[in-house]
Amino acid sequence: MINKINEKKALEPYVRSRLKEKDILLMTHAVVGYPSLEDNWAMLECMQEADIDLVELQLPFSEPIADGPAFIKANQVALEHGIDCDDYFDFFKKASDAFDFPLLFMGYYNSVFCMGEETFCERLNSAGGSGYIIADLPMEASLELDKAGKQYGLDHIQIITPVNSDSRMNQITDHASGFLYCVARKGVTGNETNFDDSLSDYIQRCRNVTDLPLALGFGIKTSEQVDELKGLADVAIIGTACLNVWEQQGKEKYKEFLKSLVR
Amino acid sequence: MTNPMFEQLFEFEAGREGFYGEFGGAYIPEILHETIAELCDAFDAARKDSHFWDEYVQLMSSYSCRPTPVTFCENLTRQCGGANIYLKREDLNHTGAHKANNVMGQGLLVKRMKKKRVIAETGAGQHGVATATMAAKLGLECTIYMGAVDVARQRPNVFWMEQLGANVIAVEDGTRTLKDAINAAMRDWADSMAETHYVLGTVCGPHPFPLMVTWFQSIIGMEARKQMLDIIGQLPDQVIACVGGGSNASGIFAGFLDDAQVELIGVEAGGEGMNSGQHAARIASGQGHVGVAQGYKTYFLQDKEGQMKDTHSVSAGLDYVGVGPILAYLHSQGKVRFESATDKEVVEAFKITVKNEGVIPALESTHAIVHALKEAKEIGKGKNILVNLSGRGDKDIFTIADALKDEKWNEFLKSKVENMD
Repeated sequence: MINKINEKKALEPYVRSRLKEKDILLMTHAVVGYPSLEDNWAMLECMQEADIDLVELQLPFSEPIADGPAFIKANQVALEHGIDCDDYFDFFKKASDAFDFPLLFMGYYNSVFCMGEETFCERLNSAGGSGYIIADLPMEASLELDKAGKQYGLDHIQIITPVNSDSRMNQITDHASGFLYCVARKGVTGNETNFDDSLSDYIQRCRNVTDLPLALGFGIKTSEQVDELKGLADVAIIGTACLNVWEQQGKEKYKEFLKSLVR
Repeated sequence: MTNPMFEQLFEFEAGREGFYGEFGGAYIPEILHETIAELCDAFDAARKDSHFWDEYVQLMSSYSCRPTPVTFCENLTRQCGGANIYLKREDLNHTGAHKANNVMGQGLLVKRMKKKRVIAETGAGQHGVATATMAAKLGLECTIYMGAVDVARQRPNVFWMEQLGANVIAVEDGTRTLKDAINAAMRDWADSMAETHYVLGTVCGPHPFPLMVTWFQSIIGMEARKQMLDIIGQLPDQVIACVGGGSNASGIFAGFLDDAQVELIGVEAGGEGMNSGQHAARIASGQGHVGVAQGYKTYFLQDKEGQMKDTHSVSAGLDYVGVGPILAYLHSQGKVRFESATDKEVVEAFKITVKNEGVIPALESTHAIVHALKEAKEIGKGKNILVNLSGRGDKDIFTIADALKDEKWNEFLKSKVENMD
């Protein structure tokens, strides 16, 4: 039985309506179970207070090949804490009940594959999720999953990169819904990104192949960078930088940092 | 080649490129898509260019003792009192293992793709050393990723890699072993792919690696089949090889895929035993489950939610959590049988082989010998078993002396340390 699809689930209209009030939206990230579930909850409270628009919750995996050092460690420690799928979806459900922003699953395909694609969609929907981002699942391998996802009103947030050819971009966007996750550069999460002309060329290439809102991620660290993206991207994704602030400066500074990004 | 079943591996249905039954594929971050596509094209073009294979064979004959001989083990055979045991001597390759085949092949491909830098993962260090020699010979920059645990237990190989000019990076993530080195190499590649080729060392990872590495390693099986026909006038009854990722097994099996009468047997690391949780037998234990990690779908030793388990083997080269997807497929087709050998059995078989044949096998390869000794008695006199002796053991003296608990060696090490400046 498919649960009622709640209103915050339709990501594309949600992003568009928020964009009427803001120049750019923000999507932040937490690895569930790192540093702890209590810390995750406090992070989400800060995000709510800072009026963050979208949040990715990462299910930890033992082989996170697309992540940089900060998130590798986060995945590893969360698993050492014994975080499993039940803990993840329980936390997810609590969070989606308590907070206003839509929540997205982020993780690796083996977790989805091992629980079964249908079960995954059913659980994510029951937990109040809006969609999923899967770091190591290329478009052509996700067709079955996306069929199940559609049934549950879940968007598959497809990833696009600056090295993709135009024809590959077209192929990907044909299967995308909600919004598009535009990786700003090569490499893994957490490295430096240069904001230069090539970035606006890249965003333009993305606009040429899709009408979906564009979220830009990988390497965004400061409010200045978020400002620079205004008028270019629709959503700025900030992951590693937030985690670094939490780890090095604690909750209050974390909240300040989030608020400083929204100005 | 007159080997239709092997050739079939290279043919895919539209939309199923890189899949062998349900196994294989390319589960990669999108950032790697174009690089992998470029590699698929380069590999395909090289494979269809008969000059390329000739160049490869020529290089291997002038640089790495190919064709490697087949040796009849008269004494072992007599001792067992059963089937005749033959060894395909991959230990006689340059750098002491079959790894040389794959790296030199990929090196030639790198030249075709005009890339300047290579990266590689390594477990025991064999593949790292082999890659570093290739990079030195072909004038390429080289970075090797190696789990910190492996760096600690394989210092001699690290020494040689560094002497050969490679930059060795100790990987501190995860279990700090081979699988973590693979993850780290993938991450480097996601950043550096424009000028860098990732020389994956085994028949695992995303398409086209399982197929490409199998192709280069098939030189073992093609030679061996012909050699057996020359030596005994018939095909062997069994071909036995150890399986970590599975490249030496894939290579020798490739020569016999169409010979229904030849039984192909892969031997995995039984570690402390099947019920100990301390092994790396993904298929033979029945404890591996199909999953997706490190870019491909195969049997992994993982928990029910898909988190990878720790593995163990006396031989670092077999201590790996997944297994080549082509081998998983051949197993599912009943074409390859999987068995295992424990650490204890390996140490015993090692001693017997060294004393009786004057051959010093790598501990990895000794797993195959363990099983050959069992099968020789089982199938009996008049039958013939070909074992792939994938690597030599004398360069692993630190590990082997440790496994044999050799007191004199320990005393020697202590005196070396005491006499250091």
